[in-house]
Amino acid sequence: MEMKEDQELYFYLKLTREFEDRVSKLHLQGKILGGVYSGKGQEAIVVGVCYGLQREDFICPIHRDMGAFLVKGVDPKRLMAQLFGKKTGLSKGKDSFLHAGDLERGIFGATSMLASTLPVAAGAALKFRMRKEPHVAIAFFGEGASSRGDFHETLNFAGIHKLPVIFVCENNFYAYSTPQNAQMAVEDVAIRAEGYGFKGAVCSGNDLHAVMRTAHAAIDRARHGEGPTLIECKTYRYHGHSEHDQPFYRPKEELIEWESRDPIQRFEIYLEKKGYNVDQMKAETEKQIKEIVDEAVQFAEESPYPEGKEAMEDLYANPF
Amino acid sequence: MPTTYIKAIRDAMFEEMKRDENVFILGEDVGILGGAFKATDGFLKEFGPERVIDTPIAESLIVGAAIGAAVLGMRPIAEIQFADFISCAYDQIINMAATLRYRHGGGAQVPMVIRGPSGAGVHGGLFHSQNPESYFLSVPGLKMVAPATAYDAKGLLKAAIRDDDPVLFFEHKYLYRRIQEELPEEDYIVPLGKAAVRREGSDMTFITYSSMLYPSLTAAERLEKEDGLRVEVIDLRSLRPLDWETLFGSVRKTNKVVIIHEDRRTGGIGGEIAARLAEECFDSLDGPIVRVASEDTHYAFSPPLEEFILPNVDKILAKARALAAY
Ligand SMILES: Cc1ncc(C[n+]2csc(CCOP(=O)(O)OP(=O)(O)O)c2C)c(N)n1
Ligand SMILES: [Mg+2]
Repeated sequence: MEMKEDQELYFYLKLTREFEDRVSKLHLQGKILGGVYSGKGQEAIVVGVCYGLQREDFICPIHRDMGAFLVKGVDPKRLMAQLFGKKTGLSKGKDSFLHAGDLERGIFGATSMLASTLPVAAGAALKFRMRKEPHVAIAFFGEGASSRGDFHETLNFAGIHKLPVIFVCENNFYAYSTPQNAQMAVEDVAIRAEGYGFKGAVCSGNDLHAVMRTAHAAIDRARHGEGPTLIECKTYRYHGHSEHDQPFYRPKEELIEWESRDPIQRFEIYLEKKGYNVDQMKAETEKQIKEIVDEAVQFAEESPYPEGKEAMEDLYANPF
Repeated sequence: MPTTYIKAIRDAMFEEMKRDENVFILGEDVGILGGAFKATDGFLKEFGPERVIDTPIAESLIVGAAIGAAVLGMRPIAEIQFADFISCAYDQIINMAATLRYRHGGGAQVPMVIRGPSGAGVHGGLFHSQNPESYFLSVPGLKMVAPATAYDAKGLLKAAIRDDDPVLFFEHKYLYRRIQEELPEEDYIVPLGKAAVRREGSDMTFITYSSMLYPSLTAAERLEKEDGLRVEVIDLRSLRPLDWETLFGSVRKTNKVVIIHEDRRTGGIGGEIAARLAEECFDSLDGPIVRVASEDTHYAFSPPLEEFILPNVDKILAKARALAAY
């Protein structure tokens, strides 16, 4: 059981990284148009929070959360086709990147407007409460998004109604080029929770176990009617804001320090200390993952584009 | 050296900040980064963090704070990183800024500019391609411009900064680095509310603005070559105030009108223009007023979808030829 869990977690961490690395490469080759945002370096957050969720648990991932889609069970082929703008993608080519969901798997598609999924997550939690369903809603967002009114409006409401919702802030210290100290006068986003009458918790977003402990405690509380939690995971994005961005605004040393706290290498050390043959595990996992990602790329490349007139479809449930 | 459209915008702001110390800029990533599109490149160094303010991600705050400073005599330029995100500041714009002078009985003014990169054609998808002008069209108290050339981008932005009313400045991101021209050395403005006749003609009038000027001109040239039709092309430049006199004059001369814009057909400014022309120039019209605009759907991402949605030369030609047959 525990071994299976360790292997699965390792698989998802590695899959997320390989998938995103490939996406970056494809973007460089001009095969993926539109904005590409890499979550490289932040994988432990989405993997740790989403691992073990129920299908009905409602998650709202954002632009760096490729791993959330993968852990929640979206077929990597469809995910890649989404990024290519193909008909076989989640939005059938309607939008790019991660602006698509899969409600069958409890994944809500975001807009670009940062923090705008938080009110929606509260509404999902409200439904779970009204129907006495034991599920939770989880909204992911960057520290930058926590400056928007939608964040504050939602936390206030969630606090009043003790909703089964978890707010997961991925604090990577920058919103595009803007450092945290130009975004807020406090050190921890998590302390905002206090002002809304519930608990905030800070953990290392590069430590899978810390993320899992913190998230699972919050999820448990939410499932048992004990209300919301704001979790802040401190982390770092390795790449620029988008693949177009050369992050000259960050000191080189900072990146090196964070790379030396890499979440995947850290998990490998854990596995090794636990007595696994990590070299072998790594080789096997990488081989398996390469096949999955190769297959996804091939599927996406071979998939057709939608036809022009499909632009008029999917606007209404009752078309006229 | 020719100046690109984006550089023209930069130069306008730079020169106005030099000229008037009440002018300042606030927005996301305008300082350290110099703007997502480099519109404020070098500004932080030149003018310092007091006048070039990197804000948190908070559009309502960006616009609201600009309003507060403006009513006290400053001349803020609020940058919205992509015009699509202007929705997050909607209340401050349509309620706070637009009604401010009105509800103070004329005893207040809001000299501010809200800039935002708008428009499609760059694989931006649903939330990085919008043309938000129609969201604001029915709101009095706001001015709105949408330049098509580098010359106008600079001149209109300067005029907007010096104007005493709130001005929405929609710059088309497709044009940023795709067009350039030699600009005058000396200071100039392009007055708000004046259209430009880009091409004279007597058989038909094209009314357009922003990036759609270019396919409109191409279509006009082809109609001359292939059909012997002389098409007048009018670039509105300002959407509010709108230069009705120039439109009426042209329509009374050509008797046929095609309105071309990238904003959606339903609710786009073309509908209002068509209605006004029908009211004012009915006797002069020799055919229906027709529109070429984006389809009534969202700005989809996948290339075939986007191509289906957006106006282009062929779509303009088809409408114009059908109209010419009247
Ligand atoms: C409402 C809104 N304003 C501006 C943007 C443009 N934008 C996209 S991502 C981003 C920075 C986001 O920072 P953060 O929330 O910390 O997330 P990170 O990218 O660091 O993961 C900005 C300004 C946007 N998407 N939505
Ligand atoms: Mg961030």
